[in-house]
Amino acid sequence: MSDAPLKRTPLHAAHVAAGARMVPFGGWDMPVQYRGILEEHRTVRGAVGLFDVSHMGEFECEGAAALAALQSVTTNDVAALKIGQVQYSVFCYPNGTIVDDLTVYRLAPDRYMVTVNASNLDKDYAWVTDHATSARWRNVSDETGLIAVQGPKAEALVGRLADRDVTKIGYYRFARGAVAGVAALISRTGYTGEDGFELYTAAADTPRLWAALLDTGRADGVAPIGLGARDTLRLEMKYVLYGNDIDDTTNALEAGLGWVVKPAKGDFVGRDALEKIRAEGVRRRLVGIEMVDKAIARHGYPVQKDGRAVGIVTSGSYGPSVDKYIAMAYVETALASVGTELAVEIRGQAKAARVVRTPFHPSRVKKA
Amino acid sequence: MANVPKDLKYTREHEWAKQEGDRVRVGITAYAQEQLGDVVFVELPKVGAKVTASKNFGVVESVKAVSDLFAPVSGEVVEINGELSQKPETVNQDTYGRGWMIVVKPSNGGEWDQLLTPQQYEEFLAQAAH
Repeated sequence: MSDAPLKRTPLHAAHVAAGARMVPFGGWDMPVQYRGILEEHRTVRGAVGLFDVSHMGEFECEGAAALAALQSVTTNDVAALKIGQVQYSVFCYPNGTIVDDLTVYRLAPDRYMVTVNASNLDKDYAWVTDHATSARWRNVSDETGLIAVQGPKAEALVGRLADRDVTKIGYYRFARGAVAGVAALISRTGYTGEDGFELYTAAADTPRLWAALLDTGRADGVAPIGLGARDTLRLEMKYVLYGNDIDDTTNALEAGLGWVVKPAKGDFVGRDALEKIRAEGVRRRLVGIEMVDKAIARHGYPVQKDGRAVGIVTSGSYGPSVDKYIAMAYVETALASVGTELAVEIRGQAKAARVVRTPFHPSRVKKA
Repeated sequence: MANVPKDLKYTREHEWAKQEGDRVRVGITAYAQEQLGDVVFVELPKVGAKVTASKNFGVVESVKAVSDLFAPVSGEVVEINGELSQKPETVNQDTYGRGWMIVVKPSNGGEWDQLLTPQQYEEFLAQAAH
């Protein structure tokens, strides 16, 4: 890690004023919790929560060859994207392992926005400007704030403040509008498994929007949510997190991201390797496991079958909404089917676990 | 400042110890539970197990962190708090009461005098804050 000072989002002062516990995350000083991770998790599942995700990176990609540029570095088919649509995708290395996962927004015929993980921002910007040179790239991360509003009451809350009918915005669609008088790109996306929006705004306007959402959402039970609950919420959905479940040693297919790998679209970085892996079959797969013995499986713990090492845990915690100890793990393909009995080595002891169906908790995202 | 009851002794690893006749009841301090956040798992030794002063006797886990538990005194575990396997949140809710972890029958009475007094523990916390 570098000794560079931690970066601050436009909402940093609001977090500190609210008594959040701040921790370093991907080079940023971020709130891990406000009142408690479990309570915040339940607020999102039961009402509505606000997440400051302004640390995430946004790049604009523009020009007559913007589509070609994006096609060449992402795995999903950007040609399928209409204006107003969002697409989940992956940047791969030539060997099919992962540079980052991301979302692509088509803003205009020849203009796109790409949203990437905060911890990968510099690496990603170097990657796209090296490998997708036919477009004009602009890193707009510093001037962009991002608030996620997630939970069953998110639509009502954003709807009350928006100057347009947000119920018309389908899942993985976006529209431009004003929310609480703040110009925003209103995106029906998220990382919790609940319905909700991600609101992209000018960095300078972000505190005003945050305050308005907290104020107007009081009757809905709105609360700010830290990174701790963001992690348990996404874990219950088996959404991958870069650095935990995916990285430059895991390929997109074994990670379960084959649904966004579209070789038929034409060439892209990693295509040949992924075609080969797909033809030969993946050797291991990322699965959801539930602990049978009481214990928490954590990142890096070995997975065993009858005493033999067969995989590794990538994420694990207590799942507050399922009330179980759950985890994600790479295991040999032959052991990846639901119901397979496994063990996780925890502090030298083999603790019983089994492969279960995922998501662990039912998704309630609004399908278009 | 975290709550530091006057009738207990303390370790630098943030366990409390309470003398009850010839036994010592053990838990973690208010400061420790506050730092951990929501406790979601507690692993304790079995009754009859031997514990050693300053050595690990179990684990307490929050959503984000795994933290070892250290025995304030050496001896035999004569009681464990079985409620914590079903309700680990008790540690947060009543850390000096129903959130106790084990009761030890000490094998070396001299160790009790090595533990921090409430005043020493408060000073230790004050230093840790700087």
